[in-house]
Amino acid sequence: MTEKTPRSLRLGVAGPVGTGKSSVIATLCRHLRDEFALGVITNDIYTDEDARFLKSAGVLPEERIRAVETGACPHTAIRDDVTMNLMAVEDMERDFAPLDIVLVESGGDNLTATFSPALVDAQLFVLDVAGGGDVARKGGPGIARADLLIINKIDLGPHVDVDVAQMVADAEGAREGKPVLALSRKHPDTIEKLCDWVRQLHAAHAAGHHTPVDPGPMAPHHHPHDSNHAHGHSHD
Amino acid sequence: MARAAGGSAALLLLADGRLPAGGYAHSGGLEPAVTAGRITDMAGVERFLIGRAETAGLTAAAFAAAACSRAARDDLSDLSGLEAELDARIPSPELRTVSRNLGRQLRRAMAGIHPHPHYATLGAAPHQPIVMGVAAAVLGLGPRDAALAILHETNSGAAAAAAKVLRVDPFEVHAILARMADRLDRLAGEAAAAAAGPACDLPAPASPLADIAAEHHRRTHVRLFAS
Ligand SMILES: Nc1nc2c(ncn2[C@@H]2O[C@H](COP(=O)(O)OP(=O)(O)O)[C@@H](O)[C@H]2O)c(=O)[nH]1
Ligand SMILES: [Mg+2]
Repeated sequence: MTEKTPRSLRLGVAGPVGTGKSSVIATLCRHLRDEFALGVITNDIYTDEDARFLKSAGVLPEERIRAVETGACPHTAIRDDVTMNLMAVEDMERDFAPLDIVLVESGGDNLTATFSPALVDAQLFVLDVAGGGDVARKGGPGIARADLLIINKIDLGPHVDVDVAQMVADAEGAREGKPVLALSRKHPDTIEKLCDWVRQLHAAHAAGHHTPVDPGPMAPHHHPHDSNHAHGHSHD
Repeated sequence: MARAAGGSAALLLLADGRLPAGGYAHSGGLEPAVTAGRITDMAGVERFLIGRAETAGLTAAAFAAAACSRAARDDLSDLSGLEAELDARIPSPELRTVSRNLGRQLRRAMAGIHPHPHYATLGAAPHQPIVMGVAAAVLGLGPRDAALAILHETNSGAAAAAAKVLRVDPFEVHAILARMADRLDRLAGEAAAAAAGPACDLPAPASPLADIAAEHHRRTHVRLFAS
């Protein structure tokens, strides 16, 4: 390569628990691993479940999948205090240099949690149709301003009484023209669109054309039974 | 490097639980002690915190103070000796790893917050108390401040974890911290008094059960905290 190889593209994958973040990462690894040198960092709430899932799925060599333990506070680990994640990414980049893309999965504890621009260059926000058709309309920093909003599991639409086209339209309405992708692992054309989006982003990053955008902080929030919560985000 | 006005604000910065250095992922051994049934109530939390401050806390404080006084003299020549002496005071491999991970994180954070050439000389994975000592010196603080910073950080971090692993009234948790304030001051004084001497003579009070519990915790499948 040339002498001016930029560091890897750091791509965050956020969204509530169970919407399909790990599955999206597995899909991306399967489809892009022959084109790009990849690494994955997971952030778990209790265990290293996500890292185990991805390792057992065999989508990458095990040593390229690492878990960050977040002390039951995964939204802090991707936003207010990113040191552990930043070091996990930097270690991965050093151990497997040169890497093209490092995917960082959020712990997914909170609908409004987003990645800090200090940690990632761009972020996906994953919703699913099973969470209900209204979620996209409700907005929030990730839904409104992540680089790409994914509406996942569209194969389930008919089973959960969600009008997928309407949900996508609502999401587009909340995003002022930023892209929305309807996805299902059962629809290969949607997977190809996802991969193309990542390819384009990587090309822009490698060319120095990509400018990271911060979706903005999560909304002020409560932790029931946890007023001793000692690390720097607002409570009301 | 000493600060004219005592450097109290710099000390608060360093000891603040909001310092973005990843400390929130650890319970300082409180979670394993609760899981094992050794702590069930607030009295247990208080006994645990006192025991920890008097053992691991004092050891960490002494090494932070020692690193601070060496860094303040710009003499980091025996830092590897300090590292080895601290290793010898932490029997559990798991806790040695935790201390070095927290040290790397603190260095990563402080090198960005307040850069100084000392940070690059600390080796691949320095122990947390040693980084704390160097960070204190870089901020113009003295050995006693360094000791106090690490004592406060370890104590309040474990106390904050209580709210997640036990049914607690958070005011009671802070009441314990308030009752321990004089104790931490005294321990910081002891640590600072020992700091100027040779590394091999630094305090070495131990708490074997905490070392054993840390090893069990690493092998537990479901846990909230990394340690
Ligand atoms: N029907 C359907 N299920 C999916 C799809 N993607 C993921 N899932 C399932 O959704 C569940 C949660 O997925 P996971 O990736 O673990 O979600 P995460 O918690 O956001 O990481 C799993 O049972 C997946 O098999 C999809 O496209 N269609
Ligand atoms: Mg997951």
